[in-house]
Amino acid sequence: MIGYIIRRALYVIPILIGVNMLVFVLFFVVNSPDDIARMNLGERRVTTDAIESWKSAHGYNKPLLYNKSETGLDRLSKTIFFEKSIRLFLFDFGSSDSGRDINYDISQRMWPSLAIALPTLLLGLLVNITFALLIAFFRGTYIDVWGVVFCVMLMSISTLFYIIGGQYLVSKLLHLVPISGYDTGTASIKFVILPVIIGAIGGIGAGTRWYRTIFLEEIEKDYVRTARAKGLPERHVLFGHVLRNGLIPILTGVVAVLPLLFLGSLITESFFGIPGLGSYTIEAIQRQDFGIVRSMVFLGSALYILGLLLTDISYSMVDPRVRLAD
Amino acid sequence: MPVIFLTDALIFLLIAMIVGFVFYARRYPHLRMPWSRVLRSRMAMVALVVLSVYSLIAVLDSLHYRPRLTTENADGGTQYSAEVLSVFDWLVTSLREREEKTYSAPFATHLYAKETVEVGGGAQRREFPRLRYGGSHLSDPATERGRDIFLTGLRGAAGGVALWMLLCIAFIGRGAIRASRSFSAELRHIVRRDTTVPWIAILIAVGVIIVVTMVAAKLGVKYHILGTDKVGKDVLYQALKSIRTGLVIGTVTTLVMLPFAIVLGLMAGYFRGWVDDVIQYVYTTLNSIPSVLLIAAAILMLHIYMANHADDFVSLSQRADLRLLFLCLILGVTSWTGLCRYLRGETLKIREVEYIQAATAFGVSHSRILFRHVLPNVMHIVTITVVLDFSGLVLAEAVLSYVNIGVDPTMDSWGNMINSARLEMAREPVVWWSLTAALIFMFTLVLCANLFSDAVRDAFDPRLRK
Repeated sequence: MIGYIIRRALYVIPILIGVNMLVFVLFFVVNSPDDIARMNLGERRVTTDAIESWKSAHGYNKPLLYNKSETGLDRLSKTIFFEKSIRLFLFDFGSSDSGRDINYDISQRMWPSLAIALPTLLLGLLVNITFALLIAFFRGTYIDVWGVVFCVMLMSISTLFYIIGGQYLVSKLLHLVPISGYDTGTASIKFVILPVIIGAIGGIGAGTRWYRTIFLEEIEKDYVRTARAKGLPERHVLFGHVLRNGLIPILTGVVAVLPLLFLGSLITESFFGIPGLGSYTIEAIQRQDFGIVRSMVFLGSALYILGLLLTDISYSMVDPRVRLAD
Repeated sequence: MPVIFLTDALIFLLIAMIVGFVFYARRYPHLRMPWSRVLRSRMAMVALVVLSVYSLIAVLDSLHYRPRLTTENADGGTQYSAEVLSVFDWLVTSLREREEKTYSAPFATHLYAKETVEVGGGAQRREFPRLRYGGSHLSDPATERGRDIFLTGLRGAAGGVALWMLLCIAFIGRGAIRASRSFSAELRHIVRRDTTVPWIAILIAVGVIIVVTMVAAKLGVKYHILGTDKVGKDVLYQALKSIRTGLVIGTVTTLVMLPFAIVLGLMAGYFRGWVDDVIQYVYTTLNSIPSVLLIAAAILMLHIYMANHADDFVSLSQRADLRLLFLCLILGVTSWTGLCRYLRGETLKIREVEYIQAATAFGVSHSRILFRHVLPNVMHIVTITVVLDFSGLVLAEAVLSYVNIGVDPTMDSWGNMINSARLEMAREPVVWWSLTAALIFMFTLVLCANLFSDAVRDAFDPRLRK
């Protein structure tokens, strides 16, 4: 077991290196630091002095890969690649183009993101599993057929509509909760509740339909038939057998997205004015702050890979065949 | 003078491929069979009718040209306008050209905002001015409007029903002659749903669309059915123009990613060993970057490139088109990994099958085995993925435009419509029409695409075929 985990963890390293390379190419090779400086200074005719001073102020005034003017190891370390890219491995993101400490910002902003994303996930799971079990219980009837059609309809509605519609109805017409904003501690509940509910509703269509197929696959298996043949009532079959076994793929799927919860949702956070990492990223994109975008790309990838690792581990715990086959 | 944008060319290529495939597939029963199963599904056919209307608009909107100007240049040659129009623009000229000053509600006769108007004798008054075009034929809108809308709509509906009846008679007549039976027998045959293809459902769907179109056409020249936006452009026109953008993103993205996904997926599964390792590594790496962030990073880089090379672009619309194409490319890069993984898995299974071993034993080359023997047997996965991806891509466009990393802000798209309308939700009274129009058009397209793709998946999925 431990050997398997170590092997999977080692596999992460080349992927992280790959992501890092890609980020480097995307941010420094496709467009040179000169281009970025010119873009940030915002004028068509910018003097070379202005570009140089912008570059030195933001730490871009070094060669990309190899610094000829230095000696020894400094030839490699006094470069953009070393200072901007290698440091990402240590999760040392440096400062943003506007001069703020990115690590500090991230450590502050990941908690509001989590405060929205985690309840959304849990509520969504609860609702989706309930609906999916209900539909599975009525399989083959009109409830099943129309339930699925209804799910497809819910899936076809843009997330933007759920958010705008929800804000308009709940906050503007009914005045139940504030439209947007955030607060610390328990005072944040009134700000959190609407995004959580809307997030859960937005996921019902796809979630319910997916879980329904999982449950239906489970229902057709032999052990369920045996359970029925023994004379177990349908609700025992559903809750004791189908639900418990169906939860395995569902929960391993959840494990994969757990680390990503820290990143939050770009759209939801910016609509509701929640100072999380999602709105942080959006603001950075709109201000064209490459320091932040670069850090978020790397952080996002690292969290995604962590999720993959956790999924592998949880699979191997649930199903020993996985690690034995390797 | 015709103008061909890159995305236009890709759309025509796609159409040529689809037509080619249809003719090819008709000759082989095993290719025809799953599709005929799709054709038998009522829901899928209704969805297909709607999708065809959307596609028709998109294709018409892809035939671009630069109109000839009435003025001639110095040496007597004809001059062409710098503005690029499409055949669709020409068809709906009345919608396009009737611009108001600013917002106006659907079917409104007055502007949304008050203006100071000179009343005779130098006195001024604040009032809602009449619209330049919307309902301008009415002398007293307050009393006449409702009646006029009703009558015009009714006239449109009557025209639509008449047209539909003609179409039905022609269709049933043709069927009757082919099956050599009487007209009423053919009618009964269709209405009772004895046909393999659910013609009755298709005819009804076509009828609804014809009537809606006719009503909209009749009312559209007199009013702004869906209102006007901030600069006074007709919202219906914008929503219709956005269809092309949505469809391009849904289809061209798939078109550009397919070759990579297919070739790499097949190679990984077939050759195994280090080829497999490399390909798996590439797609795992790409996949691990959250797609929104990768798209954001790539689009930001494109912004910089375009800002620094502003002179390379002939016109604004060409620039917008390139940006659209680039968005498709980058969306393709983020979405090919899923298909690639499926194909790899399937190829791993197929390569052990006897007929592949037989082919290897006969000394057939690797490339020939891959494309003659493996590829046809994984095509169902490709089809299912392509169709399933479409709706997700259309929805993604709206979200990306909201984050400002979608299509060019000058391009008509549902995302841009929602984005600009969102800021107006705080106004009183609420400017709801742009938003609603974009969401309804998008919902219809995505719903139909979803229903159609469900039918395709059911028809192609061997597990459900029992």
